[in-house]
Amino acid sequence: MSDKLASATVISAKKLSLVFQTADAPVHALSEVDLEIKKGEFVSFIGPSGCGKTTFLRAIADLEQPTSGELLVNGVTPSEAREARAYGYVFQHASLFPWRTIENNIALPLEIMGYSKAEQKQRIDRTLEMVDLQDFAKKYPWQLSGGMQQRASIARSLAFDADLLLMDEPFGALDEIVRDHLNQQLLELWARTEKTICFVTHSISEAVYLSTKIVVMSPRPGRVIDIIHSTLPKQRSLDIRESDEFRDIAQRVREGLRAGQSYDG
Amino acid sequence: MMGKDGKLVPILTVLAVILGIWYVSVVWLNAPFEYDQAKRNNIELSFGEMVTNSMSQKRPVLPAAHQVFEEIWNTTVLKNITSKRSLIYHAWITLSVTLLGFLMGSILGILLSVGIVYNRAMEKSVMPWVITSQTIPILAIAPMIIVVLNAIGFSGLLPKAFISTYLSFFPVVVGMVKGLRSPETSHLDLMRTYYSSNTQLFWKLRWPSSMPYLFTSLKVAVAASLVGAIVAELPTGAVAGLGARMLAGSYYGQTIQIWSALFVAAIVAAGLVIIVGIVHNIVLKRMGQLEEQNARGAQA
Repeated sequence: MSDKLASATVISAKKLSLVFQTADAPVHALSEVDLEIKKGEFVSFIGPSGCGKTTFLRAIADLEQPTSGELLVNGVTPSEAREARAYGYVFQHASLFPWRTIENNIALPLEIMGYSKAEQKQRIDRTLEMVDLQDFAKKYPWQLSGGMQQRASIARSLAFDADLLLMDEPFGALDEIVRDHLNQQLLELWARTEKTICFVTHSISEAVYLSTKIVVMSPRPGRVIDIIHSTLPKQRSLDIRESDEFRDIAQRVREGLRAGQSYDG
Repeated sequence: MMGKDGKLVPILTVLAVILGIWYVSVVWLNAPFEYDQAKRNNIELSFGEMVTNSMSQKRPVLPAAHQVFEEIWNTTVLKNITSKRSLIYHAWITLSVTLLGFLMGSILGILLSVGIVYNRAMEKSVMPWVITSQTIPILAIAPMIIVVLNAIGFSGLLPKAFISTYLSFFPVVVGMVKGLRSPETSHLDLMRTYYSSNTQLFWKLRWPSSMPYLFTSLKVAVAASLVGAIVAELPTGAVAGLGARMLAGSYYGQTIQIWSALFVAAIVAAGLVIIVGIVHNIVLKRMGQLEEQNARGAQA
């Protein structure tokens, strides 16, 4: 725990701002965001629509260009990090290619990154096992339920060696029961792979349940209201949601969100 | 098997109505000639006789269905294929031009669409010309194309195939520009996160995404290609091909010959569209999409 690696900075944002130029007025998606994320952390971004949480994730992924400030991923610029294939991105909808089977969907990044056929096979098997979809390798996405599709898309993001996982409301479109189950699986995956995870969500309980750190954001302009370090143990079962500690953290998140709203007044 | 989808009855009904209209029109359009003849020969013509006669004229204004199909039968099944009077021979000439033109048109269409999608300058400069090209009446420029190409030494299939190409590349360009731009934003973003090259983006995402658009375009293109091949035969004094058959028929008032060539052309066109449809289904099946469509169809 005390070694140097455990404290290595994966993401560092300093006075990061991002403005979208639209037809009528510029939209301040991010305003002077300061944030540091260490290796192995599970960080949730929570806030109402338009608070810039997805934009921040997309800026890390080099899918949006910051207007000002500094953003470093693994100590380099987002575009260099993308070039180095430093992260896996999980979209809100599974975004599987409908004409590829599940195994071929997982093979997609491996083909692009030039892994050998044998290596591809081995990695597909390993990641399918991780998300418990071994029996569905030859199925097409439309033959799977929404939750299974999202698991396949997580498997796809785990197939190559990126230590950073960026997840944009991956379970937002799923029902509560499936979501609970996937949250648990995700925690197990996180413990097993020791990846750093950035997780965007609308759900307070999901954020508190999953994270070691919760970033509360507010809209117009998108900025960070509060950063909460979770005191919950790393090993968590769903029961932990009944504990007082969980409730306290959730309460603090809720207050942060309310404070953000009041600025609108 | 028959009427499984309940399609047979409506199809037969429509067919019966068409035949009914056809035969009424035959009597109506051919009657003046019969009355004229009778008057000249001072014969009293009963209505029944007129009706019978109107369906067996040698050069009717509108030939009856059975006359057309008898002519088709005589000039296909009963004629040697190598005979200059065999419709199969003529159909083959036209078909070979159609296929060559279709092939060139499809390739040209796909290449242009790739250029337009990947190059802003090409989008601005080429697309207007592609659209303009289709506003020029093909009948007007077909003879010029043929004459010019003949002058520089192209003769035979190729000049005619160019007319087919001219008509068939257009739907392919329009369809494929749309198809290559059809990938969802999240799929494009996904490829970007993988730092994929442009070539990978094209072959792994844009090309497979465009398949439904491609085949829809190809169905239109193959039919247009046949029209092009027939039009190409008209102004050039071609002696072989379905177009030449129609032209010769119109010179000599052989309406039955014109109509039978027309029907064979329609049958060839339908056949070509069906073949493209079959290839489409094979591709869909390979992409795992055929069952998906069926599953969705069953739900609906």
